[in-house]
Amino acid sequence: MAADGESALIEIDGLTKRFGAFTAVDSVSFRVARGEVLGFLGPNGAGKSTTMRMLAGFMIPTAGTARICGHDVQTDGVAARRMLGFLPEGAPTYPEMSVTGFLRFCAKIRGFSGAELDRRVDHALGLTRLESVRLQPVETLSKGFKRRVGLAQALLHDPPVLVLDEPTDGLDPNQKHEVRKLIQDMRAEKAIVISTHILEEVDAVCTRAMIIARGRVVADATPAELEKRHPSGKLDDVFRQLTTQKDAA
Amino acid sequence: MRIILTIAQRELAAYFATPVASVFIVIFLVLQGAMTFNLGNFFDRGQADLNPFFTFIPWVFLLLIPAITMRLWAEERRLGTIELLLTLPITQGQAVIAKFLAAWAFCAIALALTFPFIISVNLLGNPDNGVIASGYVGCLLVAGAFLSIGSALSAATRNQVIAYVLAVAVCFVFAVASYPLVTDFLNRNTPILAEIARRIAVIDRFQAFTRGVVSVRDVTFFATFIGFWLFLNTVLVDQRKAD
Repeated sequence: MAADGESALIEIDGLTKRFGAFTAVDSVSFRVARGEVLGFLGPNGAGKSTTMRMLAGFMIPTAGTARICGHDVQTDGVAARRMLGFLPEGAPTYPEMSVTGFLRFCAKIRGFSGAELDRRVDHALGLTRLESVRLQPVETLSKGFKRRVGLAQALLHDPPVLVLDEPTDGLDPNQKHEVRKLIQDMRAEKAIVISTHILEEVDAVCTRAMIIARGRVVADATPAELEKRHPSGKLDDVFRQLTTQKDAA
Repeated sequence: MRIILTIAQRELAAYFATPVASVFIVIFLVLQGAMTFNLGNFFDRGQADLNPFFTFIPWVFLLLIPAITMRLWAEERRLGTIELLLTLPITQGQAVIAKFLAAWAFCAIALALTFPFIISVNLLGNPDNGVIASGYVGCLLVAGAFLSIGSALSAATRNQVIAYVLAVAVCFVFAVASYPLVTDFLNRNTPILAEIARRIAVIDRFQAFTRGVVSVRDVTFFATFIGFWLFLNTVLVDQRKAD
């Protein structure tokens, strides 16, 4: 939370999204500095993905601004997206392409060519352990592999800002462990936002947790601080308390 | 430009990685061949030119080109890849142009495969190959015009069937705008609209090409026409991408 302006790579101010009369995200503001891993928690439909989409410049906010490394995602979108590695919800990929074909396509768009392109693609394949399926069409892969292809795409250009929507969804426990380790290893030099339903993951990788319910931020603290808010000391209970309270209100 | 070509290349490869390409090309060639030979009396006319071919091709395009364009944006939305594509460091304009170019290149490939017609007329007589060449340029421009309409409408709706039907309808309007049926009707009521209808008609312009006339005015018309629809396409993608 204590992000000085210098190192806040993600700056969100009063971000709001309304669909007709329904307010999906209600003036959410936060900053994420280099070295922070922000865990985005909340019930389904709380506005996590919508916030991430607005941060990635995909969805146009009704109000408010989002900046990545100082570039406004709406007015200076291409520069902002150059600094961003984004894993959209469900990790979409082009089904008929091979894993390397897909990654080479993304790398080319990001301006890499020749030996540098090969190196980047190989490095991303290595990080996400995809070497064994590199020539397979994406549509033939299992859910866990598909998710890792999406992750590899987000890591290709070694971006200073990573926004990952449910990066471990559909992975088996071993793969989850690997992805968490990967995030921990990258933590020092990046600002990372991940959304998740798995509360233990927050304990494992996040330096800070933000609970969002009905489009509003209801808690923003370190996982340890959050746990103290309930007598049981369990993040589960804190989560339930905070998110159901809001629903009743 | 490099970004546009990278995306266009991927798009074009995707046509051939799925049955879309082979089905489209086979149907196009069969339909175009049947029209030219049977309805167009290609042989009985006893003339070495491709007039029957050029008479029918806009109508075959009218039927088939919306089938290519209906999936252009709707498919990206269905797969969710639109979120991936548009969060890469590219502008929406680049994505729109790239997709259009890929579809246009695909049409050019299908059109190039009609080469046996050219060989036939050259074997049977002495056609004016200059006229044939300008007719093919006209075909490409009509294809481009219909593609730009279809692409924009594909971005306007999630539903591929709606995108197809709308594209056929709008292409049809621009195809027949100069027909007496339309202009006579408009002339009776609002003469100014009849004049506009004559100016924006695609088939009229195309017929000049099939007579061997390539005028700057007609080429400018097609360029403006395509540019307008691609601009509309970009606006629609921007407004509706996340719906």
